[in-house]
Amino acid sequence: MSTILEVNQVYKYFGGVKANEDISLTVEQGSIVGLIGPNGSGKTTLFNSIVGTHPIDKGNIKFNDIEVSQLPVPTVAKLGLLRTFQQTRIYGKLNCIQNMLISSKSEKDTIFNIFSKIPEDLTTKAENLLQFVGLHQKRKLRAGDLSFGQQKLLELAMALMNEPKMLLLDEPTAGINPTLINGIIDRLIKVNKEFGITLLVIEHNMRVIMSLAQRIFCLAHGQMLAEGTPEQIKNDKRVIDAYLGVQ
Amino acid sequence: MKGNKLIIYGLLLAFGLAAPFIFPAYKLQISFMWILVILALTWDVQGGQMGYNSFGNILFFGIGMYICAGIQIGMFFPLAEWTSSGGEKTFLHTPSQYFQGFFVGLVLASIVPAIVAALIGYGILGLRGHYFAICTLGLGIAAGEIAGGIELIGAGQGMTAPPWPKGIGDTELRSEFFYFLCFILMVVTFIFLKWAYQTRFGLILNAIRDNEDKAEAMGIYTMRYKIIGWIVSAFFLGIAGGLMGNMVGYIEPTEIAFAGATYGVFMVLMAILGGKGTLWGPVIGAVAFHIFKEGFWTFFLGWQYVALGALIVVIVVFFPEGIMGWLREKYPEKFGEIVDEADRKAQVELK
Repeated sequence: MSTILEVNQVYKYFGGVKANEDISLTVEQGSIVGLIGPNGSGKTTLFNSIVGTHPIDKGNIKFNDIEVSQLPVPTVAKLGLLRTFQQTRIYGKLNCIQNMLISSKSEKDTIFNIFSKIPEDLTTKAENLLQFVGLHQKRKLRAGDLSFGQQKLLELAMALMNEPKMLLLDEPTAGINPTLINGIIDRLIKVNKEFGITLLVIEHNMRVIMSLAQRIFCLAHGQMLAEGTPEQIKNDKRVIDAYLGVQ
Repeated sequence: MKGNKLIIYGLLLAFGLAAPFIFPAYKLQISFMWILVILALTWDVQGGQMGYNSFGNILFFGIGMYICAGIQIGMFFPLAEWTSSGGEKTFLHTPSQYFQGFFVGLVLASIVPAIVAALIGYGILGLRGHYFAICTLGLGIAAGEIAGGIELIGAGQGMTAPPWPKGIGDTELRSEFFYFLCFILMVVTFIFLKWAYQTRFGLILNAIRDNEDKAEAMGIYTMRYKIIGWIVSAFFLGIAGGLMGNMVGYIEPTEIAFAGATYGVFMVLMAILGGKGTLWGPVIGAVAFHIFKEGFWTFFLGWQYVALGALIVVIVVFFPEGIMGWLREKYPEKFGEIVDEADRKAQVELK
């Protein structure tokens, strides 16, 4: 397996706050990797650094051997590296289908393509994906009228509509009804296996991340604390200390 | 439904074409109304569809006005002499000169503002929310002051547009000529926007309004769409300005060309009154506003600004979403939003 994402000694400071210090991690093509850590440990900051929301202070980030740390956000997304947000971001006044149509990657994105018609078959694709995340019946509702959990599902579907190579998911099960969580785990595994999308998942729900990920990285205080298989992480004393406090 | 729509469009078009002959006394007034519709429609591209409240769109209107009149004169006579000495008395356009100049003037009055929009847009469309609004407010004011300092175009005194050439009909013909140009421009603007909103462009403008960060994170170069949107607005506004300058006949920098306090505010007000972010909203808003305004100007002179203030209060309190927005909330099924209560209440299940 080849490496799809390589984060190499990344530093990110916000004034005096050391949000990320000397973070290195690699993600193999086609795998599911977890990223855990207590609140404020720098997980979302690392996501922002990877997709180019803010410049990093030191280090480099390679996606498919292309240096992405200097590229603007849309360019990184076009390369096939997409993220979802912890607080859902959807287009509230548009209905679910329109949300999906906007998210599809346009074939050629030139000036002459701006006024192109939206292809008919995209709607079918959008409906199928909404079916996949269980939102088919809600497809004509305004996205803003959906509940938080449903918006999270919509956001996942929108990301899939874009056909990324790799997806960074920021807490995909936060705020979701516990009875749906098994369904989401199942969907994410399908996304990985059937759509062939590499996943890097931030998650606080240990049951979810342990059953999803093949490899887990743990951050604490902006530094890489531990990495390993779910079994290793579960039994790592440093990880337990970081989460529960030193006993 | 489809047939009904065609009939409505047909009737409106017929009204527009017949209006100058049915209401000959109001020819100019209705021409101004079409110009106002264009102002509201083009403002709505930014303010309604894209969520960028621009107070500077009047800039393109004024530039179009000056460019058109300047070209019309400069093509045949020395512009400086015209503006300094009341040149419309010494230099006379022959009919062919007049129409040649007018045509070239209108073409450039569309292109130049579009270029200006692209250049300025590249600089300031990165600002968001209030910052963008304040910055554009400055644009309109600055343009008026700058134009008031350029001697070549008459400085603070303003300049006259070429008068209607002698020997090809009276003022009635002139009014009809400008009436139909205004009407055609309005129809073309409407059709273009109706079409554009159905393409990817329209969807992405809405996406920018609802969540620009998300749109960028999904790989959309939002800047490109914002600039194109502004260019579209500037293009039509420029032509409207060119027509307006010729209709009024006299171009004054801060009162007519870059009239931020009147037309600059009206265009926002009309779009909001009718319902921003809808296609028909600005049209309805502009027509209602124009009739309301002219009614007060005519019958209750002296009270017009009180009435305008009251109108703003009524809009904000009772129709925050405008007339179309209000109708949309009330009769969603007429707007193609068929929402089943069952859909809304349905539980999401993943098996």
